[in-house]
Amino acid sequence: MSVCLLEMNSVSVAYDSNTVLHDVDLKVYDNDFIGVIGPNGGGKTTLLKVILGLVKPVKGMLVFNQELSNNINIGYLPQMSTSDNSFPVTVKDVILSGLMMRKGLITRMTMNDRNKASQVIDELGLTELSGSSLNELSGGQIQRVLLGRSIIGDPRLLLLDEPGNFVDANFEADFYEKLRVLNRRMAIMMVSHDIGTITAHIKSFACVNRHLHYHPSSEITNEDLMSYGCPIQLITHGEVPHTVLKNH
Amino acid sequence: MEGSIFQYEFILKGLLGAIFASITAGLAGTYIVTKRMVFLSGGITHASFGGIGIGYFAGINPVAGAAIFSILSALGVEYLSVRQKIREDSAIGIFWAFGMATGIIFIYLTPGYTPNLMGYLFGSILTVTYADIIALGIMALILILYFGIFYRTILYISFDELFARTYSKYVNVFKYITTALIALTIVLNIRMAGVVLVISLLTIPPNIAMMFTKTYFKIVLWSVAAGFLGTATGYAISYFAGIPTGATIIFTLVVIWILVKIVSHVVDRMRVNVR
Repeated sequence: MSVCLLEMNSVSVAYDSNTVLHDVDLKVYDNDFIGVIGPNGGGKTTLLKVILGLVKPVKGMLVFNQELSNNINIGYLPQMSTSDNSFPVTVKDVILSGLMMRKGLITRMTMNDRNKASQVIDELGLTELSGSSLNELSGGQIQRVLLGRSIIGDPRLLLLDEPGNFVDANFEADFYEKLRVLNRRMAIMMVSHDIGTITAHIKSFACVNRHLHYHPSSEITNEDLMSYGCPIQLITHGEVPHTVLKNH
Repeated sequence: MEGSIFQYEFILKGLLGAIFASITAGLAGTYIVTKRMVFLSGGITHASFGGIGIGYFAGINPVAGAAIFSILSALGVEYLSVRQKIREDSAIGIFWAFGMATGIIFIYLTPGYTPNLMGYLFGSILTVTYADIIALGIMALILILYFGIFYRTILYISFDELFARTYSKYVNVFKYITTALIALTIVLNIRMAGVVLVISLLTIPPNIAMMFTKTYFKIVLWSVAAGFLGTATGYAISYFAGIPTGATIIFTLVVIWILVKIVSHVVDRMRVNVR
């Protein structure tokens, strides 16, 4: 029996007088893996931000399940560009910051927190870099650290914004396998422009282009996208063994 | 001996001044350097000169005038760049020169005695009073408590503000409080190094520190140490050579920075050769 974590009821978001999201309805269940696709500037990132409470809707409302109230149980992996990656902060401290939502302003990390961080660091294959500063890491390694930050708090809902951008080839397969495992205990919404690589574990699509069209299946065609007013080209990667795109 | 009381006072003032200046500059400096706020801080510093001028003209304490001006200009830059969408560096440039112009006009208009302009612009031992040193000591205590208590909160907001906003409603509150504390730190250090030079007192020590370590907390510790070495040495040299304090302190700090840079470069090359 799946539990509804979040329900969005005709939510509209505008920056100044420019409507970015228009009358969005969406239900997210606890075992969902939703691929959020759509053209640039269509409102994909804004959709995540309104769920996180970073932008306020001008209309409509979001109803969170009790477990998720006050955003305490949402993990977030922002687009790479938001953090200053030359900042002198260690891998371990970045990952620990994922626990801040449970802490007050005056924060001491307990032994438990530190053990938890070590565990996440090991899981992500960052053991040797634990004490390194972020500015000594590659883009792919930083992306892994930020993934660690988003999952250390055991969120019920994980929001990923273009996680594939900086994932290095070595880690890519691992990364998506990791998401599949995480999906057993948390719902995932993942923004990506590269559907070819994300379709492996995705269960449904949300096509966002000012409006949101929910596509309750992992199979999606160009015709579907056209009918949703979501003009992006599906490109099949010939060798992808798990492709779920059909009717090309 | 004739000079003993004067010498005792010199040593006490110099030592306490160097300790408090290096603590305040180390904490505030690490924040502005890692957050790339050096230009903003330079603007705040120069804008505070307007407060000094008005203070003289109105017969109130110039340091109080500078404090008010620096905080208002910091908030003004924030307001213009965020709310009015004026480029931040342009807003800084406007406040920077406006403060200097206001200061010069009001000092010129002040009747009778013309205060020691050079002392405020470039720093001077003669103008440093015990009250200044006590104020700087209190500032050091406030900063240690503030950064000590809220260390992780401040660190994480500096590193990734957007992410911090996902779990805290107080991001802006912290940003404003920290900026105000930095403005006050700068104003209280003006007595030591002067309006024109004080920004280097904040920026050089963290840049020395970052050659030794790459984690925030250690950068603060090394900055305080490097700042103390530079300030105390510069203070002593300025006394014995009879040259301006602020300039000597900054000169000493830059010399230390260059020496450390050369040594670390040589050490790096030796490591490569060993391999």
